[in-house]
Amino acid sequence: MATDTLTAVQQEYEIVIGLEVHTQLLTDSKMFCSCNTHYANDEANTHICPVCMGMPGVLPVINKQAVDFTFMVGLALNCSIPELAKFDRKNYFYPDLPKGYQISQYDMPFCVNGSLEITVNGAIKKIGVTRAHLEEDTGRLVHSANNWGEGYSLVDWNRAGIPLLEIVSEPDMRSPEEARLYMQKLRSILVNLGVSSGKMEEGSLRCDANISLRKHGETKLGVKTEIKNMNSFRAVQRALEYEAQRQMEVLSNGGVIVQETRGWVETRGVTVSQRVKEYADDYRYFPEPDLPHIEVARNWVEGIRSQMPELPDARRDRFIRDYALPIGDAELLAGDRAIAHYFEDTTAALQGDDIAGRARLAANWVMGDLSRLLNASETEISNCPISAPHLAALIDAVTQGKITGKQAKDILERAYQTHESPDAIIQREGIASVSDTAAIEAFVQEAVTTNPKAVADYQKGKGNAVQFLIGQVMRLSKGSAKPDVVQPILIAALDKLAQ
Amino acid sequence: MELTRDEVMRIAQLARIKLTEEEVTSLASQLSNILGHIAAMQEVDTSGVPISASILPVTNVMREDAAEPSLPIDEALANTPEREDNFARVKAVLE
Repeated sequence: MATDTLTAVQQEYEIVIGLEVHTQLLTDSKMFCSCNTHYANDEANTHICPVCMGMPGVLPVINKQAVDFTFMVGLALNCSIPELAKFDRKNYFYPDLPKGYQISQYDMPFCVNGSLEITVNGAIKKIGVTRAHLEEDTGRLVHSANNWGEGYSLVDWNRAGIPLLEIVSEPDMRSPEEARLYMQKLRSILVNLGVSSGKMEEGSLRCDANISLRKHGETKLGVKTEIKNMNSFRAVQRALEYEAQRQMEVLSNGGVIVQETRGWVETRGVTVSQRVKEYADDYRYFPEPDLPHIEVARNWVEGIRSQMPELPDARRDRFIRDYALPIGDAELLAGDRAIAHYFEDTTAALQGDDIAGRARLAANWVMGDLSRLLNASETEISNCPISAPHLAALIDAVTQGKITGKQAKDILERAYQTHESPDAIIQREGIASVSDTAAIEAFVQEAVTTNPKAVADYQKGKGNAVQFLIGQVMRLSKGSAKPDVVQPILIAALDKLAQ
Repeated sequence: MELTRDEVMRIAQLARIKLTEEEVTSLASQLSNILGHIAAMQEVDTSGVPISASILPVTNVMREDAAEPSLPIDEALANTPEREDNFARVKAVLE
């Protein structure tokens, strides 16, 4: 959707968005039984047992690791951790829910009243986190059809009972972009804590959005719709942009918004109605009689707090403080723990006393050429074929004038493909920058002779002709000439011609 | 507190139970009685009484996060009315 269409919505209405985010927790066993959670490569229904299938007479037992992870997330989101928590049953019938109810938390969740900060147009905005509660995931349905075209569904319960953390935000977001930024920040925190794999495309991290419109100045919330099936950050933003526009069209034509669940259809770029939302009362929540309450002693929470890793915001602030990085670079590098480590390792391995200068070089290479290679090959930085010390050695070679920046980029790319160290390539092929004046003079002569128009332009005073000719010399030297060495020789040659 | 016929039908629908007309009538009266008892209890002054959603005398019963083998597939799916390969087969469910 064009930005101006969104602007049109925002001129007339305030967009109000709240997100419900679900993440599977990275435990080894399920939430209430000992079935193995690592089912991704296994056959359907090979990770199920009487407990997660809700057979009569079985009893669930809480996985302590899942509760610990929940507290970690709660603390990272500045939540209060109440001293008493309990589980409840949420009742509904669906084939992916073998027990006929989901064990969840209703009125006494583990974490309440938190917040998360996002950076919108350079300013920090605080988004309220209403609660974070622990529940269990459902099974997976596969839709199929027989030879006569009659549809049916197949059920795989391997996923049923995987610990699932639901994080509910306040309706504090005012644009689809803010919703995407919230989602990105939340993912960064969850992955940094090591509690979530954060893979939206695989469904380990999911996002449902509540969105409504109201006239500016109105304090009452409008009727909302709930949007599902957004499997990427981009989809979150696009789906909400579409839905805001759709709601405006309904309202502008004198219509009313129906409270309903709508699914985002990525291929068509639209949301479509799924089913009229059931009232909360229909779930008939009641306390889970099979699970005793959880009393949360303060030393339990403090023990977890003391083991928390550094979080993205704290790391960003440290990068600004210790390395003098600009806020944008610091935010980008600090968001992912593995990238942050790689950046710091590279900075530490570089030579020289100027730590800010070293950090700037490391940041440029990590965010620039190295990121491009990693993205193009869809490789995580933890599997990067070039180690941080090797990258540092390559950067040092440029700083010391042994090779040019252009040569370094080529070597990096080749080393990335062949998994050699950049230094090995430099040694073997004898690559070195040409600072030999005689050689450069020869290239300059050739460039001047073969480009009379550029020479004429220079003599007419067109400055960019010099840049063009430097480029020609670089090309002739196959990148081995250093531009700052070429420039004075070239200008001397041109001025000599003019005389 | 008298439950209407519609309310009984709605509860039956939520529980996926099919009821005859006689059952609807008798359940309306029985459920109304139950709700009457609850209403009577709600009149008791419980201010100052701690919340007790659980009557269990224990708290914090938890297990360490250790995986153990699951059921063999034939045992796991023994109760499914219809099976296709390793899946349970059900009527079409629209997403």
